Amino acid sequence: MTAEFSTPTQKPALWQPNRRRSRQIEWLVRVVCFLFAAISILTTLGIVLTLIFETIDLFLDPFFRQALWIERLPDLLPNASEAQIQALSDQIQDIDPKQLIDQAETIGLEPPSRIAGFFYALKRFFTDTRWTPLFKTADFGIFVLISATLLTSTIAMLVAIPLGLLTAVFLSEYAAPSVRQVLKPVLELIAGVPSVVFGYFALLTVTPFLQGFIPPLQGFNALSAGMVLGISITPLVASLSEDAINAVPQDLRQGAFAMGATKRETIQAVVIPAALSGIVASIILAISRAVGETMIVSLAAGQNPQPIDGSLGFINPFIPVMTMTAFIVQVSLGDAPFGSLAYKTIFAVGMSLFVMTLTLNILSYWFVRRFREKYE
Amino acid sequence: MASSNSDFSPSQPVVGPAASFVANLPKRYALDRLFLVAAWVAMLIAMAVLGWLLLDVLDQGLGRLNWQFLTSFPSRRASNAGIIGALAGTFWVMIIVAVVSFPVGVGAGLYLEEFSSDNWFTRFIEINISNLAGVPSIIYGLLGLAAFVRLMEPITGGRSVLAGALTLALLVLPIIIVATREALRAVPDSIRMAGLAMGGTRWQVVAAHVMPAAISGILTGVILALSRAIGETAPLITIGALTFVPFTPGCTEEFPYFNPLDLLRCPAEVLQSPFTVMPIQIFNWISRPQPAFHENAAAAIIVLMVMLVMMNSLAIWLRNRFQRRRE
Repeated sequence: MTAEFSTPTQKPALWQPNRRRSRQIEWLVRVVCFLFAAISILTTLGIVLTLIFETIDLFLDPFFRQALWIERLPDLLPNASEAQIQALSDQIQDIDPKQLIDQAETIGLEPPSRIAGFFYALKRFFTDTRWTPLFKTADFGIFVLISATLLTSTIAMLVAIPLGLLTAVFLSEYAAPSVRQVLKPVLELIAGVPSVVFGYFALLTVTPFLQGFIPPLQGFNALSAGMVLGISITPLVASLSEDAINAVPQDLRQGAFAMGATKRETIQAVVIPAALSGIVASIILAISRAVGETMIVSLAAGQNPQPIDGSLGFINPFIPVMTMTAFIVQVSLGDAPFGSLAYKTIFAVGMSLFVMTLTLNILSYWFVRRFREKYE
Repeated sequence: MASSNSDFSPSQPVVGPAASFVANLPKRYALDRLFLVAAWVAMLIAMAVLGWLLLDVLDQGLGRLNWQFLTSFPSRRASNAGIIGALAGTFWVMIIVAVVSFPVGVGAGLYLEEFSSDNWFTRFIEINISNLAGVPSIIYGLLGLAAFVRLMEPITGGRSVLAGALTLALLVLPIIIVATREALRAVPDSIRMAGLAMGGTRWQVVAAHVMPAAISGILTGVILALSRAIGETAPLITIGALTFVPFTPGCTEEFPYFNPLDLLRCPAEVLQSPFTVMPIQIFNWISRPQPAFHENAAAAIIVLMVMLVMMNSLAIWLRNRFQRRRE
């Protein structure tokens, strides 16, 4: 009966698959694919550990112990005259921070501990009102950079929110399918333009154009960088908001129309409130993107950290500022040697940037989950 | 008592919620038209800005775009400078990004979609991937600087093609993983059931039936990911790609300086070579004060945009093919 199948000429392998080998291959493929999936976790781990270690390394830099030492001199030597203190602080100032401990004996005083230096650095990082880490008398006020980032991001959102939302409403509620078919690719095209190209546009086209209307506008400024940044994230706001608006069931619109509402009233009173969680989430994501954007702001917004003081330069959109990302680019272009103060500083700035964007991303995710209207 | 009466008294002006019942139609329709005009204007502003950008770049750059520009190395004189170094760097980096990110991204997508059960670990990876997609690209540059340039220096040779490509590969992985998962999800379960019913293992079913059905969707995602990588500037500046590169990676000394076989003939000279890429060359030219270099930047932008449009057209073609087959 089965003899026909078991003759050697009938390719028995076809009927008797090597299940053992199949299982081995299956296992191998699973393991390899699992390892590939695990790379994403390694990436996150790598980012977090790198940023944390280098940031801590910055705060432990002897530079801060030296600065704290000088600051404490009047307390350490309460009986010394002002001239003595000045001479001593000059002497300490001249020490290369790397040899602080070796040279401490020549001063005859105990330098502050590593822990004290760490907390002093932390304090400087959050309370300094200037950002001059590459100077001899360095200041590390991260809020100088954060304020510039917030300035460009705010201008960007002032452009992107109205443009993106109106575009989303237009595409989902008004546009005929034929119009949509033209407009959607245009939006995708804007989203696909590399940011360095937008940087070119902001610096060499938009700034000269705006200077025609606003004479005090300088060659590098937060205004044109922010505006172009806003255009570049408009597609993000538009497409995510459109998804949220499209998810609102048709019944709700028809209900509103049946009550005698006009189309605009329906959109404003029914559709947008119903899609609000998705819209807000898209806006938060766009803010996160604006905060992390690099090329536009480092090309067009300038490299001048504005001190946080009464002159209010840090909220002036007409003058050059320096965002967090622009600082990282500036130092990277200067080829900072490994282990130098500048090298560690870019990781501390990166850490601040990472914390900000991560918070925004989580907020956006949480917002959708928490406030989503569920329709059956 | 008195107040409830006054609510319904017709002599009183209507206020509060009742106000919205006044059918002032002309005014409401006027507002409607205004709103529609505003929506049109928003749409037109976005399009006009894009048009302005493109026209400006074309206007500035077309005059500079010639054979000499495409085949010259950078120079201190703007009129002698060209982009061959940046073009070769971009080609090499893109090849390695594709070689690394394609198997890893697709493998990770396969694991999440086909091989894993829905447990806490899978969900953790999913959340992790969506978080990675939101990390600014310059942060990946910092990771690349610490991990690939410094930690793995014996392998990558420092600020090299390989270090840059690995950094960009990590950057685009989330895009490829998400695209792979979507393409796999679009394959009907009946195909898997049929394959399993024939006695195939999961991998046999995936390799022989699911992947062929999903491959064009996956490739679309990979190309879109590469077109993101080709325009990335910030992470490569952070890892220290050079801005003045009067040579090309590899060991091909004569024109066109770019030979894929170099990867076999002299892999170290390709992978460990210092490099520049198109966006960095553009950045460098923009940041110089002389207008002649700005024209160079515009011309290089045209080349970069043409490359992007070609890649996107390929992706759209693949997507259309994919959609037609599903119908």
